[in-house]
Amino acid sequence: MLNVALPKGRLGEKVYAMFEAAGYECPSIKENNRKLIFENEEKQVRYFWVKPSDVAIYVERGAADIGVAGKDILLEYSPDVYELLDLNLGKCRMAVAAPTHFHDDGQKTLKVATKFTNIAANYYAGLGREIDIIKLNGSIEIAPILKLSDVIVDIVETGTTLKENNLEVKSTIVPISARLIANKSSFKFKGEAIEKIVDSMKIQVKNND
Amino acid sequence: MIDNNILRNEEKAIFALRSLYSKYGYKPFKMSKFEEYEFYIQNKDFLVSDRIIAFNDTNGKLLALKPDVTLSIVKNGEDVCGFKQKVCYNENVYRVSENTHQFKEIMQTGVECIGDVKLYDIYEMIVMAAESLSLISDDFVLEISHLGLLSSLLDNICDNPAFKTEAIKYISDKNSHDLSRICNENGVEEKAKNILLNFVSIYGERNTVLRHLDALGGYIATDAVNTLKTLSGMLDNLSFGGKIKFDFSAVSDMNYYNGIVFKGYVNGLSQSVLTGGQYDNLLYKMGRRACAIGFAIYLDLLEDLPSEKQGFDVDVLLICDDKTDNNILTLTVKQIVDGGKTVSVQNNDSGKIRYKELKDIRGGV
Repeated sequence: MLNVALPKGRLGEKVYAMFEAAGYECPSIKENNRKLIFENEEKQVRYFWVKPSDVAIYVERGAADIGVAGKDILLEYSPDVYELLDLNLGKCRMAVAAPTHFHDDGQKTLKVATKFTNIAANYYAGLGREIDIIKLNGSIEIAPILKLSDVIVDIVETGTTLKENNLEVKSTIVPISARLIANKSSFKFKGEAIEKIVDSMKIQVKNND
Repeated sequence: MIDNNILRNEEKAIFALRSLYSKYGYKPFKMSKFEEYEFYIQNKDFLVSDRIIAFNDTNGKLLALKPDVTLSIVKNGEDVCGFKQKVCYNENVYRVSENTHQFKEIMQTGVECIGDVKLYDIYEMIVMAAESLSLISDDFVLEISHLGLLSSLLDNICDNPAFKTEAIKYISDKNSHDLSRICNENGVEEKAKNILLNFVSIYGERNTVLRHLDALGGYIATDAVNTLKTLSGMLDNLSFGGKIKFDFSAVSDMNYYNGIVFKGYVNGLSQSVLTGGQYDNLLYKMGRRACAIGFAIYLDLLEDLPSEKQGFDVDVLLICDDKTDNNILTLTVKQIVDGGKTVSVQNNDSGKIRYKELKDIRGGV
């Protein structure tokens, strides 16, 4: 039985469609109910919906053999998993944003508000820039407006939220998209089934380009 | 005589593994629980974590609870021409858990071969690693890589050290999409990029992998390929040779490790239970001229292996009170134990103990 952790939400539904197209359908998943685990005994596959930021933990700990997680989560938590495929879904970027008038002259410690403390720390360490990280869990955009921080490090999709709060992208740290990940041990023992899915999804990704 | 049935998975493994290593002439190495703190600070890059439990000895000297065993063995050995120090150990190490971020005691068992290491010694180490895994479970995989292959390939592709560091990370993640991206960003030529991407995609059955390696000729070190070929031929003769595979995503810190490295997996455990390889670079950094190879098994992980769960704690719950005659009580216990059953003497049936049979001798009945 192959255990698959899917991220709840629209991304998860798109990803399930890819698994279905790969021959691992599970019709009960489309029933309108509040169940979180769905199984197709015949296809030897079990899906479960989890919070998108938890997918990597389920896979790393072996509760799921494979799963789909955002590159932002993989960069932030560095789980010990295989990253087998870029699904080209949920595309956005991790960026530094600040009020349009802000200019970093590098003369004082830069105050950075973010949910992604490791990504921000690694990025500025690479630049050799002294920073003060302010960990926030949401509404990051208001931090520079209220002078809590100079800049923010956050996911930017269309940039609309930034614009509405008089912020703009100052630099892109890394492009983000959904990735197919696998537990390293599961890959050794269920490799054939996992590779079959990867091969099918590769073709789907190529066709969607 | 110890009853095997009452031992936990990790306890059974300790006995079986020590017996295995002694067959190959590896002597048990008992070491102190403490080392000087300074010793670990000098070699902290070799440690999994640089967080160490330190304390003052009675004379004021700063000591540390061992976070690693290999360093102590290397420190205490000496270089003698033609001699190979072959030791096995079973020790607790103290490290910060990646999950809880708190210190954890980890039971570790392993072997080290230090001295004039030859190909046979590498083969012997791999055989012992595979046999160790087979003692834990029939369903295992031991994957072997050669760091010489990886470093020669990367040296031939790009001089940029930052590219190499990033590429190694992506190779260990089997992440060909980001590997392709950094090749493009660093101006790696198309042919070299394809060779690198091919390298990531070849793993599994040894002879198939070796055939694919031949196609990468010119970019990888031929001596490393030849070592893998010879080793693979030697391993073909083993009954469990099919479970020993090649996978170049098994990467270890190249500051310390070189040559052959390997990782062992057991079906049912979510991470590798065995890691090892050649670590000549560590010995060089510690001022020794010898070569070395070894591996460690993380016995604490074996807790997660399925074991036969019993639906009860004892066979007999024997209830007595102050009025029970002590002679009757001791005789009853003796009869039960001599009959091969387990017994727990309690003052009442509190519901805390699961039992098969209840025997009530309160009031001397």
